[in-house]
Amino acid sequence: MTGPGGRSSRTVWSHTFSDAMVMTRRNLLHYVRVPSLVIFSTITPVMFVVLFGFVFGGAIPIPGIKYLDYLMPGIFVQTVAFGSIQTGIGLAEDQQRGIIDRLRSLPMARSAVLAGRTLSDCLRNLLVVVLMTVVGLLIGFRFHARPSAILGGLALVVLFAFAFSFISAAIGLSLDTVEAAQSAGFVWVFPLTFASSAFVPVLTMPGWLQAFAKVNPVTITVDAVRLLFQGQAAGTQVVRSVAWMALILVVFVPLSVWRYRRA
Amino acid sequence: MRAVIEVEALRKSYGKVRALEGVDLTVPEGTVLGLLGPNGAGKTTIVRILTTLLEPDSGRATVAGLDVVDDARALRGVIGLAGQFAAVDETLTGRENLVLVGRLYHLDRAESRRRAEEVLARFDLLDAADRRVAGYSGGMRRRLDLGASLVGRPRVLFLDEPTSGLDPRSRIGLWELIGQLVKDGTTLLLTTQYLEEADRLADSIAVIDNGRVIAQGTAGELKARVGGERLDVMVAPASDVMAGAAALAPMAGGDLHVDPAEGRISLALPGGPPTVAEAVRRLDAAGVAIADLSVHRPTLDDVFLALTGRVSEDVG
Ligand SMILES: Nc1ncnc2c1ncn2[C@@H]1O[C@H](COP(=O)(O)OP(=O)(O)O)[C@@H](O)[C@H]1O
Ligand SMILES: [Mg+2]
Repeated sequence: MTGPGGRSSRTVWSHTFSDAMVMTRRNLLHYVRVPSLVIFSTITPVMFVVLFGFVFGGAIPIPGIKYLDYLMPGIFVQTVAFGSIQTGIGLAEDQQRGIIDRLRSLPMARSAVLAGRTLSDCLRNLLVVVLMTVVGLLIGFRFHARPSAILGGLALVVLFAFAFSFISAAIGLSLDTVEAAQSAGFVWVFPLTFASSAFVPVLTMPGWLQAFAKVNPVTITVDAVRLLFQGQAAGTQVVRSVAWMALILVVFVPLSVWRYRRA
Repeated sequence: MRAVIEVEALRKSYGKVRALEGVDLTVPEGTVLGLLGPNGAGKTTIVRILTTLLEPDSGRATVAGLDVVDDARALRGVIGLAGQFAAVDETLTGRENLVLVGRLYHLDRAESRRRAEEVLARFDLLDAADRRVAGYSGGMRRRLDLGASLVGRPRVLFLDEPTSGLDPRSRIGLWELIGQLVKDGTTLLLTTQYLEEADRLADSIAVIDNGRVIAQGTAGELKARVGGERLDVMVAPASDVMAGAAALAPMAGGDLHVDPAEGRISLALPGGPPTVAEAVRRLDAAGVAIADLSVHRPTLDDVFLALTGRVSEDVG
């Protein structure tokens, strides 16, 4: 079987892979070169964990669970949701600088720019999640589950971030400037994270908001992670959460590839 | 000579804006075509279509025999592009930028490094090679950007306004570099708003206005369209201007203007500079004294004015 330009499909696949790796490496180099990028993308989550933990920690009693244990999964998911805005910003920045044009004129795989961006953001999220876990443990958060369930919960957070970064990518590639991508990011991430079970139980909200919050992928994912960290039966919530992410990927991967092609 | 770029009846609209309204172009192998036109003429749109960044609405275009739509991926393997604004990664060093491009042409690491080194040397960037591009001057960025378009050793190179925004010295430096590239046999399509630039770099010039090619030819052919050289004479005193005009009229072929207030006579010089001596003899014989005399060679500005009725700077 031969691919475009008469090359074997094997060559095409190995090029696609190497292009994605080259782009991932380039994005990661930015973090090495501009330490403030790493510091700000990790300091905010750590501040969230500490501040939310102490400020709300005593104020919101939730039956059957220590509030810090309730809150932490919410903060994890909220943090990576906000972090996903970075994906769109990074792409909008490359677009604004003309770098996407240059890349699109090269014989590289067209998926590689998106793959490189989402992969490097995924690695950053992994770092952020590990850091938040450590800080959370330091201020009194505790897992009540087997290691496999804990790892499953953390993996779910990273997968959630990966899916959300494609929503962000599609938006970032549709906008011309970094500033627009930044503002647009807040517009969709804010309602999703706050109208959810991240900080308070959905049942405390007015009815119309409950309807939204109950189907919100943030609620579903936070609930799934919470159950996993508490060592409770989480099967249904995990399936619902993964289904949401699959849906998001099925819609937004093609959409962002399409936006990239005609950027 | 074989055509390397062939464009037929190319059309492109952005919503209601008709950017290209049927463009035809041919560029023979190893030559330089200059697309000359004011801002908004459609130059960038043509370059973006030929480099597969944009699909045309209708018409056909091939580069090195490869169709811009059907063979897009293979086409990208034989071209180099430096867009209207330097597209380099500010956070990386100059060398890293070039190696990155080499890797994306699927050269192995060693070959990418070798080519980066070669480009850095050629573009006088070795000293700055391992510094971050954020600290480069505008001219250095342009050179790096141009260098990046050469890493893949393209058969066909596209440069969109390569010197816009540069100071005159950097511009002349870049012209020399581009001149050298062309000597190596690379086919080049270059867009510019600078008439002098097209004159200097291009074998053939296509004048673009409102999405159409309104004239094509060598710089000399285009200049011939506005007539040849002109002679400007200032006589002293200015009151002698009519006597001077009468003496020069027979050699002007009917194309002679007088500015009585300034004492200036401007006339066509169909015989070219060698006939200046005759003009001087005629004025001398008529007893008219010459205060100043100059031969004016038509520039591409004059060409643009003659073709569009507008001065190019007014539009830009
Ligand atoms: N993305 C775009 N959306 C809408 N109009 C555009 C876009 N790009 C270019 N145009 C319009 O198309 C015309 C040609 O533009 P362009 O090809 O950039 O000209 P040039 O490069 O000669 O300045 C202009 O009228 C310009 O305003
Ligand atoms: Mg342009």
